[in-house]
Amino acid sequence: MTAVHSSAPAEVRRPVARRGGGATRRRQAVTGWVFISPFIVVFAVFLVAPLGYAFYLSLFTNGLATGTQFSGLANYVQAFQDPSFLRGIGFVALFTLVLVPVQMAVSVAAALVLDAVTNRFARFARLMIFLPYAVPAVIGALMWGFLYSPTFGPLESIFGLFGLQAPFLLSPGNIFGGLINVVTWQWAGYYMIIVYAALQGLDPAVYEAARIDGAGPWQLALRVKLPMVANSLVLILVFAVIGTLQFFTEPQVLRPIANGSVTTDFTPNIYAYNLAFGFAQFNYASAISFALGIVIFIAVYLFLFLTRKRGSVFA
Amino acid sequence: MTAISTARPVPRQAARRRRPRTSPFAMLFLAVLVVYFLTPLWWLVVASSKNVQGLFGGTGGALWFDRNIDWVGNIRGLLTYDDGIYFQWIGNSAFYAIAGGLGATAVAVLAGYGFAKFEFPGRNLTFALLLGSVMVPLTALVIPTFILFSNMGLTDTVWAVILPSFLSPFGVYLMRVYIADAVPSELMQAARVDGASEVRVFFSVALPLMRPAIVTVLLLSVVANWNNYFLPLAMLNNSSLYPVTVGIGLWQSLASSNNGGGTSLWNLIIAGALVSVIPLIAAFLGLQRYWQGGLSLGSLK
Repeated sequence: MTAVHSSAPAEVRRPVARRGGGATRRRQAVTGWVFISPFIVVFAVFLVAPLGYAFYLSLFTNGLATGTQFSGLANYVQAFQDPSFLRGIGFVALFTLVLVPVQMAVSVAAALVLDAVTNRFARFARLMIFLPYAVPAVIGALMWGFLYSPTFGPLESIFGLFGLQAPFLLSPGNIFGGLINVVTWQWAGYYMIIVYAALQGLDPAVYEAARIDGAGPWQLALRVKLPMVANSLVLILVFAVIGTLQFFTEPQVLRPIANGSVTTDFTPNIYAYNLAFGFAQFNYASAISFALGIVIFIAVYLFLFLTRKRGSVFA
Repeated sequence: MTAISTARPVPRQAARRRRPRTSPFAMLFLAVLVVYFLTPLWWLVVASSKNVQGLFGGTGGALWFDRNIDWVGNIRGLLTYDDGIYFQWIGNSAFYAIAGGLGATAVAVLAGYGFAKFEFPGRNLTFALLLGSVMVPLTALVIPTFILFSNMGLTDTVWAVILPSFLSPFGVYLMRVYIADAVPSELMQAARVDGASEVRVFFSVALPLMRPAIVTVLLLSVVANWNNYFLPLAMLNNSSLYPVTVGIGLWQSLASSNNGGGTSLWNLIIAGALVSVIPLIAAFLGLQRYWQGGLSLGSLK
């Protein structure tokens, strides 16, 4: 697994060393830059420039009476005291804390079972579990919205069988769980494939050794296989944390049918979107999205620090 | 990639055939997962066969067909409603996805090759910045890009959706990891000794070896662009430029506020949702070899 990657720098260095000489080295450097230059242009134009501009915008305040004025970090001071922003951050933080373990449990359990069982049904199941990845998040949220709805969904008749009133999963009290389910459905298959691919890359000789030492199937899965794919687990955890803190599409799509459960400040991204495109407050919206970026950066860094894998994912 | 993903399973399967015991719990677990992951799609297939009467007062319940199966009527509705704007949206989605995907893939192939096979000052810093950029919130990019584009008169044009999607750090990452392994530096060096220029080395030696990874990156970026929602939602105002994701979102908010102009939109929304996922599901089932290889690459590190 690591062999693939660690061979890269060695391979690059070899031809240079063989031929020696500063001229060759310089030519290599120029050629390398030429090849990455289209990416550098795209990166500069569509990432660095907008980010720089957003930061610039966030340093100004736009008032009706005062016009646009330089205000330093005042927008950030306001953001970190703004109950809308803080509530949004609180929501996505709590959502991440609940979602990530649920999603990990589903995807890792599925990957371990699929790695251990190799019949036709398992191959079919692998494809079906992955299928939601091919469904746009908009359509996924829409379908679950219909399934939750008392008019179009099955819940009413299922609960009716037991003489019970069906819960509305998009009501203010239930929407948290309703969204956990939508997002788990959408992404668990993708994470499952990543873990599954890593499991398939392991050397089966190790399993034989563990079995001779008396390990059962559970021990084999949890104590031998899982620790060996720890890098992939950290990778998907980081993806999940980054994606969830940026939560936008699903609540935005479910808003019209959620009867007011999804407010304009439901998540920080929805808040920034509404500030910018609903109220034309581009300066404060930029500050909000930058503040969210800072929170994400701190969360990811803390996470990588806690798992002590920071060198291996963002090396 | 093919070497990575196909080399291993052969001895494993042979080893496994000696002990063909499958726990019934494992099979039950998989069956539960399959039911869970297929239920919404099954609902979509069933519901898209119902007309308005069937949706609101049907006989079969939410998860079974109504007596009256009306796929034809719903597809006809998609073709005619608002002068067939739905298929305009599908066409837009395909155009944005393919144009954006081709651009992103071309950029990623060149950059991946540069990062994997050349040593130059600033390489590690640039690559670290690239990986760090996945942490940038979408709004922090889309809002300022919107303002910059609107100053240049580019909002509400196809460029506003296509050009930003050329940025694909994950594609560059995948290409770099793949090329480092699949394109031998010795082969490139041999071609150089024979007098081939760097351009020639890239096109004649390296490019043919990259083909499986190119297909993977192209497929993944086409899918990402087809599924994109936030960028076109922010950039586009003219509904005839919408991709299908934004278009169906528009229909759904119209229908929720009873604003369909006299027509009930619910059956069209559901049929439209089904039609919009068919191309992607077909692509994923047809090109399994490629995305499975590509995703395993992503986890190699």
